[in-house]
Amino acid sequence: MHNQRFCTGLLLAPLLVLLFAGRASAEITVEITEWNIEPAPVAIVPFGWSGNSTDAPLDVAEVIAADLRRSGRFAPIDESQMLGRPTRGADVDFDDWRILKVEAVVVGRVEQTGDNAYTVQFQLFDPFAGTQLVGYRMPASRGTMRRVAHRAADMIYEKLTGIKGVFATRVAYVTAQGEGEDRLYRLIVADQDGENEYTILESGDPIMSPAWSPDSRQLAYVSFEGSRSSIWVQTLRTGNRRQVSNQPGVNGAPAFSPDGRQLVVTLGGADGNLDIHVLDLATRQTRRLTRHRAIDTEGSWSPDGRYIYFNSDRAGGPQVYRVPVTGGTPERVTFEGSYNARPRLSPDGKKLAVVHNDRGNFRIAVIDLERDNQMVVVSAGRQDESPSFAPNSDTLIYATRQARNGVLETVTADGLIRQRLESRGGDVREPVWSPFPRF
Amino acid sequence: MASKHWLNKTLPLTAAALLLAGCGGNTIPDPEPTDTVGGNDGASASGGDFDNWGGGEDVPAGFDNPELADTIYFEFDSYEVGSADAQIVNRHSVQLLESGASVRLEGHADERGSREYNIGLGERRAQAVRRMLMIQGVPASQISTVSFGEERPAEFGSDETAYAANRRVVIRYEN
Repeated sequence: MHNQRFCTGLLLAPLLVLLFAGRASAEITVEITEWNIEPAPVAIVPFGWSGNSTDAPLDVAEVIAADLRRSGRFAPIDESQMLGRPTRGADVDFDDWRILKVEAVVVGRVEQTGDNAYTVQFQLFDPFAGTQLVGYRMPASRGTMRRVAHRAADMIYEKLTGIKGVFATRVAYVTAQGEGEDRLYRLIVADQDGENEYTILESGDPIMSPAWSPDSRQLAYVSFEGSRSSIWVQTLRTGNRRQVSNQPGVNGAPAFSPDGRQLVVTLGGADGNLDIHVLDLATRQTRRLTRHRAIDTEGSWSPDGRYIYFNSDRAGGPQVYRVPVTGGTPERVTFEGSYNARPRLSPDGKKLAVVHNDRGNFRIAVIDLERDNQMVVVSAGRQDESPSFAPNSDTLIYATRQARNGVLETVTADGLIRQRLESRGGDVREPVWSPFPRF
Repeated sequence: MASKHWLNKTLPLTAAALLLAGCGGNTIPDPEPTDTVGGNDGASASGGDFDNWGGGEDVPAGFDNPELADTIYFEFDSYEVGSADAQIVNRHSVQLLESGASVRLEGHADERGSREYNIGLGERRAQAVRRMLMIQGVPASQISTVSFGEERPAEFGSDETAYAANRRVVIRYEN
């Protein structure tokens, strides 16, 4: 319903809008770096508050506005422009908002119901139709209120675009800081807006290839502690971790099966022949899926659980193949260009993201599996890597370079809206987007 | 970004109205008692070794250097040990046969391209050195390999000099 205008010619000049400059707690802040559509004006009216203290524990309207702004599809208007500050639907005067040409109005309030108990209520209106599009009331505590605000933003976003919101999801990534003896690797999990960042593993040896479990409670990753590679699975809530693969040579590239019971992994063995294996997490037994002298690696499951997509250089350069999980002859999937690595399917199974050599630059490309495998290059760096789809299949996150350091960017799968997540320091790499949270 | 790519836009509309029935604010705690190894502190902190660049290929064969070079460098997209470096590897094989010591061959790649694929390229280089040692009679039991891919660069930077310094195998003696 919002006005989406596509500039089919040149890109708009890169716009740098620092959104969270004041927040000292987040290591990563978000900038809109480039977009190719006109964001739709909306009004997120400051929420009302009734409770014991002067202010609500959280500015819920600000969290919702920031989420919508960060999507690149909406431009929340400034509070000073608003002609009224209704907090209930009954008090909304649609004329006030039609004059401002906003396409949606959100009003709401936070009420304290107990010592650490609140309700958050919001309503979304279309001022031109004069109708309510969605309204919801949710319980919250001080600890959960930010997440509740993200979920309100998810509902608003979906109602306005038809695309599921991913504001309540998280991102895991690896950072490296320092040099020589002081070099420190960290595996970090944060909300997708950069808030609530915490380190789940810190090591003087490299950490690689984090992968979410489908219930988003665990991460699998590769660690080089003890100067050899091994694969671990760590439970986020408890911090408990267990080693699941420690064979001679390469133990790499873990990815969970859709049911969470198995990992696809790369094993090299003493002779260093990297092949794709399936590891059962309960029994620790492995089953070999490929047997080839070439490098076979970077396996990932198709969302229906039937295929493993992987990268192999059996034809010379790296290209994407797929093999049935039950075994069989691998079938080549990518043909465009000399280098297509790190395949990741969108959760809806319709698109395939790869690292693609685009005239000498390593960039993220998205292949439309439903349209004759048409490839769209969606990033613009020289050394972009590690694409990972958001659970709504609409957006990807990946790593690019800024001077010497890795930084993260997101881009819509059509390449139209690209944003940089600004890091405060260190080399940030290998972002992986969590599945939808379960409430 | 070529603008033609931008024309291929698709906005997948998952139009199903989402009714979040019974959505409480809290995630449900789910302790997992099956996990046995505890703690976040299991990662050991043995320091990285970044001082190997500078040895290696410049040491002429037969040069009476008590410190035998421990790093072998590789050309772009290559897994062949050059002839000068082959003599260094051979001297290591003599040393290994005499001493019975164990070595770890650490393979590395430059930063270009995908990280896990670069693990494969580093392993390929380590295996090239391993095969040379084994041809000289060093038993497989004395040799292990590890590939760090692009994760432990000897030199930071995104130019040919750094790439060349990083495409390497380090021969490391273990106690």
